[in-house]
Amino acid sequence: MPILSASDASRVREMLAGLPNPVRLVFFTQTLNCETCEPAKQILGELAELSGQLTVEEHNFLLESDLAASYGIDRVPAIAVVGAQDHGIRFLGIPSGYEFMSLLDAIQVVSAGDSGLNEGSRALLASLEAPLALQVFVTPT
Amino acid sequence: MAVESGKVTSFIVEASEYPDLVRKYQVSGVPKTMVNERVEILGARPEEDFVRTAVGAAE
Repeated sequence: MPILSASDASRVREMLAGLPNPVRLVFFTQTLNCETCEPAKQILGELAELSGQLTVEEHNFLLESDLAASYGIDRVPAIAVVGAQDHGIRFLGIPSGYEFMSLLDAIQVVSAGDSGLNEGSRALLASLEAPLALQVFVTPT
Repeated sequence: MAVESGKVTSFIVEASEYPDLVRKYQVSGVPKTMVNERVEILGARPEEDFVRTAVGAAE
């Protein structure tokens, strides 16, 4: 049974219709001791069905630990949202509720290669010389 | 922000799945953003304010 309702799927399909460039969802998962890995996999599968520009690339977190580390991922389920470039955008945990909306937003931004930020913000970020690691905590509701 | 600078990485964390991170960063409400694991930004803030605070914390 699908997680996304028919009406949600239809809305998401519309939102993703204009994606200009391909986006890979690099998904790290494991089979044991991860309650949310399987539903996360199902959501990503359903999502990828809704746009020809989206692909899901599944990796086993335990067997491919070096690859996970190269993406800065140390827990599962985790998703790296990668376009023409890897901008370092990651999602930890099942992408449902608010996190699902954030994932859609990230897919659109990465596909377009355009943050949508105003000129002042862009200039400030362009001047950054030190690493800036953001961790944004959200909940599904 | 991560699209605008190669210096920026952004992790969106589903708080209820990772109690260890919630404890570590004392997350009592969402959204809460940690910058370089040190500086916290609480709630949803206007773009200009958020970017200035985050960039300021990194330097």
